[in-house]
Amino acid sequence: MNDMANSPTTAASNPPVQPTEAYFDARDVVRISATRNVPQPDRQLEKLAKLIDVSKCIGCKACQSACVEWNDTHPAVGENVGVYENPHDLTPDMFTLMRFAEWENPATNDLEWLIRKDGCMHCEDPGCLKACPAPGAIVQYSNGIVDFIKDNCIGCGYCVTGCPFDIPRISQTDHKSYKCTLCSDRVAVGQGPACAKACPTQAIVFGTKADMQAHAETRIEDLKSRGYENAGLYDPAGVGGTHVMYVLHHADKPGIYNDLPENPRISPVVEGWKGVTKTAGLAAIGLAAVGATLHGLFARGNEVEEHDIESADKLVKGQDPDEGGHV
Amino acid sequence: MAPRPYYSEPGDRLESVQPVEVSRYRGFTRANHWVTAFSLIALALSGLALFDPALYFLTGLFGGGQMTRWIHPIIGVVLFFSFALMFIQLWRLNMPKPEDTTWVANIGDVVKGREENLPELGKYNAGQKFVFWAMTGLIIVLIVSGVMIWQQVAGHLVSVPLRRVAVLVHALAAVAIILVFIMHVYAAIWTRGTLRAMTRGTVTGGWAWRHHRKWLREIASRDNKGPAE
Repeated sequence: MNDMANSPTTAASNPPVQPTEAYFDARDVVRISATRNVPQPDRQLEKLAKLIDVSKCIGCKACQSACVEWNDTHPAVGENVGVYENPHDLTPDMFTLMRFAEWENPATNDLEWLIRKDGCMHCEDPGCLKACPAPGAIVQYSNGIVDFIKDNCIGCGYCVTGCPFDIPRISQTDHKSYKCTLCSDRVAVGQGPACAKACPTQAIVFGTKADMQAHAETRIEDLKSRGYENAGLYDPAGVGGTHVMYVLHHADKPGIYNDLPENPRISPVVEGWKGVTKTAGLAAIGLAAVGATLHGLFARGNEVEEHDIESADKLVKGQDPDEGGHV
Repeated sequence: MAPRPYYSEPGDRLESVQPVEVSRYRGFTRANHWVTAFSLIALALSGLALFDPALYFLTGLFGGGQMTRWIHPIIGVVLFFSFALMFIQLWRLNMPKPEDTTWVANIGDVVKGREENLPELGKYNAGQKFVFWAMTGLIIVLIVSGVMIWQQVAGHLVSVPLRRVAVLVHALAAVAIILVFIMHVYAAIWTRGTLRAMTRGTVTGGWAWRHHRKWLREIASRDNKGPAE
């Protein structure tokens, strides 16, 4: 009998030598795409989070390499077009991407090099899951991880439509959607995500959400003491908070970090599509179909009458059909 | 060349006079109609499957979720071109005419089947014209919004905010076209003697006299150069 892993509290520890059992699995699912009334699990797992401290990132892309290696993806060899991003965008084979921005700080006239590790934010209220039409293709575990279940994915791209952060990418090879899993397979056996494990400056750290928030506080305090008075935590409330958070030195302007949304939320258009349009639309179709069927079965049809036939007969014979006939 | 008839297509003619039968749709138009009709039904079923989880089981008709996702837009393209071909054949006589106003004003008599209170009509009444133009408009909206959310073809070309609008518009237009479709089928069944126009291609003289008298008059006046012996 193998030991059961514990919920990881850090990405820094090394794995045990003995194999361990997963500590969470399908029984811990709290939300399932295209599924109503998901039975809630008996237990609530500790909420987890990855914290990315932008101010400590050196842009080495070790996280990208670790991600590719752990997830065994095979991104195509890129092309240098004179920018640092490599590849140029998230792809079905690249779940995380260092995005580089050169920003001139108007207060200091300094050029600041802002590097943000982009990838799935693991929203508490995930737009991808809301938009997904395929039952079970997207699930959320009670520890906050939002995971794509490849076998159920139909490749429609609705998750792209629903995501407030433009994260999922659909493979043109197998027509499935891909994104960061928060290394759910590593976390399940007590390990932190591969990117956090690989980060040489510990700009990426991992643990319980509470620990990460506390750690962020110390980082923010430090940044403020160094003159970054707007330093803060990016854990946007519009999506219920996220399980990937950023420490930003300019938290008042998330947009300067390659268009990190200021106030992300599931778009009202998506809410309207999945909400009132669906309910009212199906009700209208249902009523019309049932009404037309019942009326068709029980009401008298519009029948051609004898005098219509006679009139047509006269008409084609060149007689005046209206003469003495029924008008 | 004879001037184009006003209430009928040049090909509409008396099929027989004893009893009176009038050719309403030639074989090509009927085949065209049925390709369009079955495409629309397949699109409605596959589209509804992806619209609400409660109807996801309909993907089984198409071989599963992935197949449904793949085939829905392809059928959409088939329908678009099929309908376009039908549009070319039908648009002229679906243009509004003065008598349409009277017909709509007396919609109560239409519903009650009191044709004697209604104006004489050409090949189509205002209801049929509504179906034609509603289908035309909605199919254009559906093909444009549909291509925009066609992941395999346009996934990388359309921005996410635009996709959101397109998916909502697509859903609204789809609901509308299904309602128009129900209306179309219902009216064809309620008005007895109509379905054969799209199966055999002909209608009875009595039907033509009752519902499309100007159409019948025009055909009769050009065809009865003397009874066919």
